[in-house]
Amino acid sequence: MREFGYHKAHDVPGAVALLGADPDARFLGGGTNLVDLMKSGVERPARLVDVRELPLDAIESTGDGGLRIGATVTNSDLAAHPEVRRAYPALTQAVLAGASGQLRNMATVGGNLLQRTRCGYFTDVTKACNKRAPGSGCPAIEGEHHNHAILGASGHCVAVHPSDMGVALTAFDAVVSYQTAEGTGELPLADFYLPVGDTPHRETALPAGALITHLTLPPAPVAARSRYRKVRERASYAFAIGSVAAALDVRDGVVREARLALGAVASRPWRARAAETALTGAPADAASFAAAADAELAAAKPLPDNAYKVTLMRNLIVAVCTELAEEAAR
Amino acid sequence: MDPSTSSAITLNINGEKHTLSVDHRTTLLDALRERLEMTGTKKGCDQGQCGACTVLVDGRRAVSCLQFAVAAEDRQITTIEGMAEGDELHPVQQAFLDLDGYQCGYCTPGQICSAVAVIEEHAAGWPSAVTDDVRPEAGPPPLTPEEIRERMSGNLCRCGAYTSIVQAVARAARSGRAAGPPATASAAGDTQEEKDKEAAA
Repeated sequence: MREFGYHKAHDVPGAVALLGADPDARFLGGGTNLVDLMKSGVERPARLVDVRELPLDAIESTGDGGLRIGATVTNSDLAAHPEVRRAYPALTQAVLAGASGQLRNMATVGGNLLQRTRCGYFTDVTKACNKRAPGSGCPAIEGEHHNHAILGASGHCVAVHPSDMGVALTAFDAVVSYQTAEGTGELPLADFYLPVGDTPHRETALPAGALITHLTLPPAPVAARSRYRKVRERASYAFAIGSVAAALDVRDGVVREARLALGAVASRPWRARAAETALTGAPADAASFAAAADAELAAAKPLPDNAYKVTLMRNLIVAVCTELAEEAAR
Repeated sequence: MDPSTSSAITLNINGEKHTLSVDHRTTLLDALRERLEMTGTKKGCDQGQCGACTVLVDGRRAVSCLQFAVAAEDRQITTIEGMAEGDELHPVQQAFLDLDGYQCGYCTPGQICSAVAVIEEHAAGWPSAVTDDVRPEAGPPPLTPEEIRERMSGNLCRCGAYTSIVQAVARAARSGRAAGPPATASAAGDTQEEKDKEAAA
């Protein structure tokens, strides 16, 4: 590991100024991803600016029924918060489906959004990887890609975003707020992650040197009946091979409103807009759910070893929507 | 200007202050084991994947291999060495002993630190990934074997002693006195002990 300087930031402007003073500096949150990447040599910062003690650890109601979540709130505190569990249960379920109790105590909301892919070629510095070393190639396309993307990938990168939390946040239209030396700004999560294209090393639309300060979850009555379901290769403590965050408002057997986002299928949490459009106004039955899944997955471009994900995601969407419809009928 | 790459820090471990100079690259795990001769905390994967290095930081479980020591200043750290009160084992330690919650013992300090926190998290009403209904109105889920397995899934055991680990955590939780490090826990032992021994045998 490269030697590095360490600074504990005590206020947001100070943190931003410290980072801005050194192009090789990184913010340190819980460290559950960054420290790991420093050990493997993927990240080689000259300076760490520790943001864990910034006053950004509150979860507050916005007054209109939404929630404002500080960037240094831990995954554990987010999942356990009564209002999150009541108003956005799929978010609690998504956070609890990720990592382990130890890691959720350390990891922060801001860091979770910025975590890097677990693609084995990205984390192995002896291999080519367009995300880590632009222009070096993507061995996953011809190599090990059974857990790689089926949606939105390019010939330059087929890695998936590993977050569970981000999938639920995407379904609920979360907005990311940040601060730079120039001032504050915000980005809807839908615009936060950049399309892969030929620049897989550029992952987010955050300006250089920006510190995520908080997220805002707009009010979403539909989210009160929501679920997150994750499929992985062992029963617990593993990254997803596919996941769904869904919310349905069903009245008189008809879907009035639907929210659907998919995980582990793309370089970012994938909002399933085509499926939502197909669901809205449709009868809340298995045929509609399958048709909605097909509408979304029509764009899927699987690789030789991950075509199973198309079937998996179709089944997952139908299963979660069926559960939600049954819950509504009770 | 190149930043300084080491610092003099004070760590608060099991209620005692330790002042030392660390290279910033030193993890809390390496500081404990290599600098402070507290080798109860074990190094397994060193990548945050196995849980062997679990300690409590400000009362919450964390993996010490992904925690830089310099960033652990001003935090209360509890290691396996801090669990017993004198000769009196922590209820979770006693349950692991009584019910053979280990085989080789390498993962055990991490398992025990994690279990202490699991019991506390459950007592605080935290749901888990296997909790059917996470809404607060649903109330806390009973600490079933399924709940214990999910909540303990961040601690791997290569010997596969999971069956007895689950029994030990369940018994310690039932004792009602096992949450938290010694400052908040009282004496070990309960009437369930004999039944559990029979169940494990």
